[in-house]
Amino acid sequence: MALLQLNKFTCTRDDEPLFVPIDVSIHAGQIVQVAGPNGAGKTTLLRSLCGLFDSYEGEILWQDQPLAKARFEFLSQLLYLGHQPGIKKSLTARENLQWFAGIKGAAQTLNVEGVLAKVGLAGYADIPCHQMSAGQHRRVGLARLHFDTSPLWVLDEPFTAIDKLGVERLESLIEARAKAGGTILLTTHQALSFEGYTTIELEKFSGGANV
Amino acid sequence: MSNVSSNAPSLRVAIGACFKRELVVAFRHKGELANPLIFFLMVVIFLPLGISPEKAVLAQLAPGMIWVIALLATLLSLDGLFRSDYDDGSLEQMLLSPHPLPWLVLAKIAAHWLVTGIPLMLLTPLLGIMLFLPTQGYLPMMLSLFIGTASLSLIGSIGAALTVGLRKGGLILSLVVMPLYVPVLIFGASAVNEAVDGFAFGGQIAVLAAMCLAALVMAPFAVAGALRISVNS
Repeated sequence: MALLQLNKFTCTRDDEPLFVPIDVSIHAGQIVQVAGPNGAGKTTLLRSLCGLFDSYEGEILWQDQPLAKARFEFLSQLLYLGHQPGIKKSLTARENLQWFAGIKGAAQTLNVEGVLAKVGLAGYADIPCHQMSAGQHRRVGLARLHFDTSPLWVLDEPFTAIDKLGVERLESLIEARAKAGGTILLTTHQALSFEGYTTIELEKFSGGANV
Repeated sequence: MSNVSSNAPSLRVAIGACFKRELVVAFRHKGELANPLIFFLMVVIFLPLGISPEKAVLAQLAPGMIWVIALLATLLSLDGLFRSDYDDGSLEQMLLSPHPLPWLVLAKIAAHWLVTGIPLMLLTPLLGIMLFLPTQGYLPMMLSLFIGTASLSLIGSIGAALTVGLRKGGLILSLVVMPLYVPVLIFGASAVNEAVDGFAFGGQIAVLAAMCLAALVMAPFAVAGALRISVNS
């Protein structure tokens, strides 16, 4: 049974398809890279998968059920990291992570210092996020990946503003995660350093654009 | 980390987390917190200068004036209610939480009321003195503001949610929310006026409370729906 299945799926803006319709099935333990030129709809694809954007054609099945029906189950198994990571600048790293843990139901198991150390921010727990650099700010968002146990990760450009070492660590985290049975969907423009991931290439839709 | 399983989410914890976060954010932005209060205070200071410092005139105006200013002060604070959450992506995260969005939204609104409505209410005795509000007007003034500002926060959050996706939503927000504020204003101000004239004001307070309860039940759902529309772009 496919975890997530897309049939003849394309996102639309003003009734125009963004990309050539795709048929994809994603299984547990798979790493899927969504690739394509700027404006092809990578972010839009991820957002509509999560239910944040509903202007699309085709269908999305979550464990063989239409996504709208399985919404609660789907959401309790989803981690979405968007362009904007959801980090409040006036709060400290600790307060931000505690909120994430709270709304996702992982508050008891959260060890803030340990999680921050894993993303290279040891000792930054009580620093307000507006004092951090862009990369550090991003890393606070990525710290969620170290305590969230959701089976499906949807990551939009997770490598943005992250240094080389950080990218390596994140890649190995993703790889280990997939080995443990987690499913990862991500967009990125760089090739991943490990083997065994699938790529969905989005092609800009041009046919009939002027009709 | 080793096991991949879904978390067991607890609604109580989630609501608490949202409420606490909202309060902490509010107190980190002390300027924004003080903004409606300073507005409130300033208008009341200017009133005697602009109209007349005479006791009889001001006492006549006081109940309605305090209510109108409180309403405008609340309106002033609404624009930012969801704005920063929208900009930094935490609104998306709230939408993707497995918990019912109306509850999380309600936690936010409750926090908003606590940091705008309640301080406004607590400030009224001082403003009442400045405007020569008759003694029998203080209790109904505070009572009606206590209930009324809750309605204002609840109703206003619908407008804030509808306009959060717009870059310049301030004006539209006022236009959307103003008509809905009219009943609250009418009953709130008339409760105080009745009391000042020596009549019973229980009826007006009861109507205010009924409107507040209706808003409490319905507004979170409207806000949740409006937020989904706003994010859907």
